[in-house]
Amino acid sequence: MAKKRMKFTFPPKLITEPVIYNLGHRFKIVTNIRRAEVSESRGWVVLEMEGDSAEIERGIAWVTTMGVRADPIEGDVVAG
Amino acid sequence: MSYAKALQCRECHREYPLNPIHFCEFCFGPLEVVYDYAALAQSISRQSIQRGPLSMWRYRDLLPVSREEVVDMNAGFTPLIKAHNLGKLLGLENLYLKNDCVNPTYSFKDRVVSVAATKALEFGFDTLACASTGNLAGAVSAHAARAGLRAYVFIPADLERGKMVGSAIYGATLVAVKGTYDEVNRLCAEIGDKYPWAFVNINVRPYYAEGSKTLGYEVAEQLGWRAPDHAVVPVASGSLFTKIWKGLKELSSLGLIGPVSTHMHVTQAAGSAPIATAHAEGTMMVKPVRAQTIAKSLAIGNPADGYYALKTLKESRGAAAAVSDDEVVAGMKLLAETEGIFAETAGGVTIAGLKRLVAAGAIKSGELTVAFITGSGLKTQEAVESVVNPLVIPPTLAAFQEAIGKPAGPARAR
Repeated sequence: MAKKRMKFTFPPKLITEPVIYNLGHRFKIVTNIRRAEVSESRGWVVLEMEGDSAEIERGIAWVTTMGVRADPIEGDVVAG
Repeated sequence: MSYAKALQCRECHREYPLNPIHFCEFCFGPLEVVYDYAALAQSISRQSIQRGPLSMWRYRDLLPVSREEVVDMNAGFTPLIKAHNLGKLLGLENLYLKNDCVNPTYSFKDRVVSVAATKALEFGFDTLACASTGNLAGAVSAHAARAGLRAYVFIPADLERGKMVGSAIYGATLVAVKGTYDEVNRLCAEIGDKYPWAFVNINVRPYYAEGSKTLGYEVAEQLGWRAPDHAVVPVASGSLFTKIWKGLKELSSLGLIGPVSTHMHVTQAAGSAPIATAHAEGTMMVKPVRAQTIAKSLAIGNPADGYYALKTLKESRGAAAAVSDDEVVAGMKLLAETEGIFAETAGGVTIAGLKRLVAAGAIKSGELTVAFITGSGLKTQEAVESVVNPLVIPPTLAAFQEAIGKPAGPARAR
């Protein structure tokens, strides 16, 4: 089993959608939210995903196609 | 001896031992080094600092290293010059430039990597690593060579070959990753987590980032132990910006300088300006962007310290400017033509941003202003290739006279 820490950033159109709930239902991934901030116009969630690593990758690909931006919690590590 | 006492979560304030870790197990917030300031205040003084070497390591008591022998390539204590010509042009009587182009690998990254490499040895790592498209790669590779460490540098596969030279020459192993920026970024974060290496801006980031404080210390010392009224800083991840502020505040809390009322100003390239945009929109929530700018060293669309940079902006009552790529080029030319400093594109961002801040009234004529020039232009020559317009002449004096439009006068010494 693998664990991955990610930050999801939501566009306004997805603020009211249960994206993380659906992620846990569509894929064999256990999600565990550690921090979050949501406003009317945007939101982000820092969470841990636990599951088979290929399943986690499929889950990340799915949330990305939904319009969620998925980044490592470290942000951009490729520096100038 | 080190006065660093713990790593502390910047969000929930839980403390951790001084290990190569970078996030809080509880809330996944970033960790930062905290010090025993009471003990520090007992031993540090302006004189003790002034007795130190003419490098960033004169401030070693304020850095999180306990190892006696640091990895020192003489980074830091770079010139702070009064910019008479540029100041006159911008209407600033008291403008200074902090010139970090003259570091060992020509950028401020030598400061942070010098600390990271020292910590790598302290922790017993044999490899120093980073993901970079330029300045960081050079600094990591050079310091690894100096420290006797192996170096791994991850780069996007489509990076220009010229940029690889500045890293490969030091014997670093370059790993060119095929994929989108996001894929490269995700892989590097994962490798940083899994391999027993000192990945400078991942697992040893809390220590690495502290090296940037030395820019704040130096400026204060070079100004005669005082903080400037304004600091104009090029911003990518937000780390440098927040650490300059932390450095100034530390000096003040230790009684080495008076109260700090510096306005910290963010300058970003418009194509990569998530922090300036959030500031303009009055929100503390940084919205990641796809970075698109010629200022490659600032092309961070999802800044790790974006929120903390916004906090610093707010706390210091600073302003933010986002400048176009054309302004960046104009800023580079202006700096070179007025002060003789050939800065990289990030320096163009600083100068163009400074110009905007003056025009907006955020900086007034007599106020003591320091603009930070963080890297050399020799690394980004392609951005200003248009300046090359030589007079092409056949090898005759007449042709030369015709080209410059005046005949030769009598020979005269100046």
